[in-house]
Amino acid sequence: MIMFKKDIEKLSKNLSNYEEIKGRSLWEDARIRFFKNKAAVASLILLSAILFFSFFGPLLAQWTNEEIDWSVLGDISTLGYPSFESGHYFGTDELGRDLYARVIQGTKISLMVGVVGALIAVFVGTLYGAVAGYFGGRLDSIMMRLVDILMSIPYMFVLILLLVMFGRSIIMLFVGIGLISWLDMARIVRGQTLSIKQKEFVEAAVATGVGNFTIIVRHIIPNLLGVVAVYATLLVPGMILTESFISFLGLGVQEPNTSWGALISEGAGTMRYGTLWQLLFPLLFFVVSLFSFFFLGDGLRDALDPKDR
Amino acid sequence: MLKYILKRVSVAIPTILILIIISFLLMHSAPGGPFTSERPLPDEVLKNIEAKYGLDQPMYLQMINYVWGVVTHFDFGPSFRYRDRTVNDIIAQGFPVTLKYGSWAFIIAVLSGITLGVIAAIRQNTFIDYFAVGFSISAQVLPNFVMAPILVLIFTLYLGWLPGGGWEGGQIQFIIMPVIALSTSYIASIARLTRSSMLEVLNSNFIRTAKAKGLPQYKIIFFHALKPSLLPVISYLGPAFVGMITGSVVIDMYFSTGGIGLHFVRGALNRDYSTIMGITILVGSLTIIFNLIVDILYAWIDPKIRY
Amino acid sequence: MNKTFQFFIALLISALLSSFVYAKKHPVTGEELAADQTFTYWHGDEHSSQDPQIVEDTYGANIVRDLFEGLLNQDADGNLVPGVAESWSANDAKDVYTFNLRKNAKWSNGDPVTAHDFVYAWQRAVDPATASPYSWFMDIMSIKNGGAAISGDVLPSELGVKALDDYTFQVELTASLPYFAAMTTHGTTFPTHQATIEKYGSDWTKPGNIVSNGAYVLTEHVLNERVVRERNSEYWNNADTIIEKVVTLVIPDENLGYLRYLAGELDQGPVPPGQFKKLKVKYPDQATSFPRLCNYYYTFNLSDSGIEAFRDVRVRHAMSYAIDRNVITDDILQAGQIPAYTFTPGATAGFDVPKVAFSKMTQVERDAKAVELMEAAGYGKDNPLSFTMIYNTSESHKKIATVMSQMWKQKLGIIATMENVEWKTFLDIRGKQDFEIARGAWCGDYNEASTFLDLLTTPSGYNDGKYSNAAVDKLMNDAKTSSDASSNYTTIERILAAEMPVIPLYHYAGVFMLNPQLKGWPYGNVEQNWYSRNFYKVAE
Repeated sequence: MIMFKKDIEKLSKNLSNYEEIKGRSLWEDARIRFFKNKAAVASLILLSAILFFSFFGPLLAQWTNEEIDWSVLGDISTLGYPSFESGHYFGTDELGRDLYARVIQGTKISLMVGVVGALIAVFVGTLYGAVAGYFGGRLDSIMMRLVDILMSIPYMFVLILLLVMFGRSIIMLFVGIGLISWLDMARIVRGQTLSIKQKEFVEAAVATGVGNFTIIVRHIIPNLLGVVAVYATLLVPGMILTESFISFLGLGVQEPNTSWGALISEGAGTMRYGTLWQLLFPLLFFVVSLFSFFFLGDGLRDALDPKDR
Repeated sequence: MLKYILKRVSVAIPTILILIIISFLLMHSAPGGPFTSERPLPDEVLKNIEAKYGLDQPMYLQMINYVWGVVTHFDFGPSFRYRDRTVNDIIAQGFPVTLKYGSWAFIIAVLSGITLGVIAAIRQNTFIDYFAVGFSISAQVLPNFVMAPILVLIFTLYLGWLPGGGWEGGQIQFIIMPVIALSTSYIASIARLTRSSMLEVLNSNFIRTAKAKGLPQYKIIFFHALKPSLLPVISYLGPAFVGMITGSVVIDMYFSTGGIGLHFVRGALNRDYSTIMGITILVGSLTIIFNLIVDILYAWIDPKIRY
Repeated sequence: MNKTFQFFIALLISALLSSFVYAKKHPVTGEELAADQTFTYWHGDEHSSQDPQIVEDTYGANIVRDLFEGLLNQDADGNLVPGVAESWSANDAKDVYTFNLRKNAKWSNGDPVTAHDFVYAWQRAVDPATASPYSWFMDIMSIKNGGAAISGDVLPSELGVKALDDYTFQVELTASLPYFAAMTTHGTTFPTHQATIEKYGSDWTKPGNIVSNGAYVLTEHVLNERVVRERNSEYWNNADTIIEKVVTLVIPDENLGYLRYLAGELDQGPVPPGQFKKLKVKYPDQATSFPRLCNYYYTFNLSDSGIEAFRDVRVRHAMSYAIDRNVITDDILQAGQIPAYTFTPGATAGFDVPKVAFSKMTQVERDAKAVELMEAAGYGKDNPLSFTMIYNTSESHKKIATVMSQMWKQKLGIIATMENVEWKTFLDIRGKQDFEIARGAWCGDYNEASTFLDLLTTPSGYNDGKYSNAAVDKLMNDAKTSSDASSNYTTIERILAAEMPVIPLYHYAGVFMLNPQLKGWPYGNVEQNWYSRNFYKVAE
């Protein structure tokens, strides 16, 4: 027990000198765990490298993605070989176009499809799922029934029909792919919302009279972000795979634009004719990116939910 | 439980109806029709053909006739593209093919995936674990339209062990490569799911209790840990099934197996309305039934979820 | 009987037996035949039908030619030879044709093939109830009441065909057609068995039900996988048929088809695009290429919905000159295709390829002229012409379109946006003149230039570019009755070269890998009407 006034004065002087102990938020905890995960960090670096490549790569390119090099046309397997002198760093494709430029362009498009598709899924799915989960009751029943019904529809068939019907354009691709992907997200978000809804701070918000919509936006959704981020990164590879399948069917992006899927299926076709680089380079980018997205997603999940480690 | 099943079935029927309507409308809005050809048919000929296939009637009438035919005598109508065949013929020939290699791929994917996932979870952070995870992700990332020609190259051309394609009634040498190509990426995803969920279960309290009580490891895995860790895997089976059906298009194209996946894509490109509708209905119904089974399985394993 | 006698009997029997076991020899050439006379070949897609009156694609036509036989056949060089008809004659006006049928032709169930079968089949072809997509062919054969029957104005029984007796078949035409007999090699005119069709309805073409009069009978048909046909022992010329069994495998992917050919699963397989040169060096006796009766071109939309620039003949000429056709045929396709400066292929019978002006220039000269013409028309790198070019989905079309657009861009500054459209949609928009410039190709239905040039006449339903020139129309009309049509055709080609309503690119070559053991392939037949019964396999 502190008896003497001078002790109290000393104490109070010391106290004011102490810095405030900084609290560590949960986000910071997660960040630290994330950066301890070597695979996830490596993935982040690789993905940034690929992104960087897609922006600045064109500066190094000596050819455009559609220009045909007439001199190699007659005999691609010997003349189209990757080399620095000819300016075809990655070699040429079957038509004598520079593979380096085309891979860059394919990277841009595929990444865009993946990211935009995932964003659409996140946006629509999160909102839908949060609303359904929060309001519960009949609204929830109806909304989830709708999701169930939509999930039963073989989406690939609908996508093919859409593409055949509206013709091929990048917009159609985004719309089509986005339309399919939000369903899973909605289900997951709804599940999470149900458990968040029970928490005390939500109860407190309701008790103090905060409007429903504000609760959803300000309290529920931020707490979902962890799960959503994880699933979003896991969605991106799925989108890219779907897009490559569509290109394989011949329904993907229009010439002279290209995507990983289109390049890979062209390369797979010419495997036997001595032009292996046409398959290997796009496949390399494809595989590395998908790997990275997977590890990134896993890393995020481990970081945000330590139980699962 | 019975009420739950009945409720789900009663939702299934309007779902199929909606499916039919959507496919029908989409198909008919696409430019070109089944009889648009390089040598455009003179008007009279076109009129004759359209009359024969009932395409000159107003849309709603066509749709009603079609639905009636399906519901009352399972008659999916004639194919518009393969003039001597009905859609029932096409489905009767193609569906068993897809079913056969699809089921094999499915069973192998589930069994191998779960086994791989369990082993990886038990031996977490050892070489086996890293190998399993590495293999899983590689397999998921390699598209099956790259894997198929590689398989043919290796097994048909270089080794000469397997025929390059065909089906001939489904003898085993024709099934092997399609099954490998189709199941690989699903083995991978199921393995990953099993592994992560098994890890979670293994860290939970009741397992710790069992360990403390001195139960041998295999008993813990089989009798206590397996059932709950399969939950996420089971809910993944629905989308996996749909994924395999769409993946079968690639298999059909590469291995000339004659399954319904390829018939669908060809049908879409040829505007073979009746074939598309027939296959869509078939696949849609199967998906619904499958999802129902999955949900029942889920409810059986986890008593907390009973509607 | 004593042992010696038994021994000789045994020797005699075994000698007789071994003469079957020993490889047989080809009756004409004396080559030793292989023990297994099965011919396996490749289709890229499932065929549409094996009903002669309904079939509309080349794959189906190949199968129908093996299963059925018409009045006349073609030999290895494309000349007419007797089929079911032993001989035929026409009146002086060339509008009544009479065919004398052989008396020993039989259906696969033993029934005799008679003139009534042909009457039935031809009437069936124009019957609106059959809804045959090739009924228009019966119409251009100019048979009396053909068109009227198709549109339902008269009954099919009014068609100008009749059986004078069981073995004489007569056709009345509304116009004089010197080449009418050649048109009876086409599948739509093949006879069909009435009793079978009436019994089974649309199931009649299934194996087991089908009755056919050709060298083979259908024994197996699995959609999108295989078709198997086997020897028809009732065929009148069965003794000359050597190939026992014909198998068709459906392999949609050409690269895979090639792999399976190499693995020995096919006797005839595809050559993957652009690989021919290499394969010719590596497998010189297997990689084959020969001229075919088809062309490949791009058509301008000259109707009101087309763009202004294309109505300027200078622009059209410039665009046509700037294309280096040799790059397309030698570097991209590499399979012996022929650069085209005329619409009709040189391989067409009775057609001499005129040396039109721009075919005589070198490419350098053409490029220079092209630049000149474009500038005169007011376009150039600073005022670029821009438009959309459409083609249907296919690897090779894509390559050619890409090459063309690059040539135009680099030489004339043109900005050509490529649009790859799926087949049905492509036909739809091209048929509605909803395009600016579109790819086109045409294979002749019969071996005469009019099958091509008809496309560019004003009334033609296939004239998607809506090119119209009264002089051309008149020349084509006159050619029908003229004794020397070829000079008309030459004049028309010169007009086309002057007006350039289409940009002809190349004439087709048939390209495939063929097992050297398989003999008898009709390389000289530009229509590529081949018959399996003319093939045989020699021993290795």
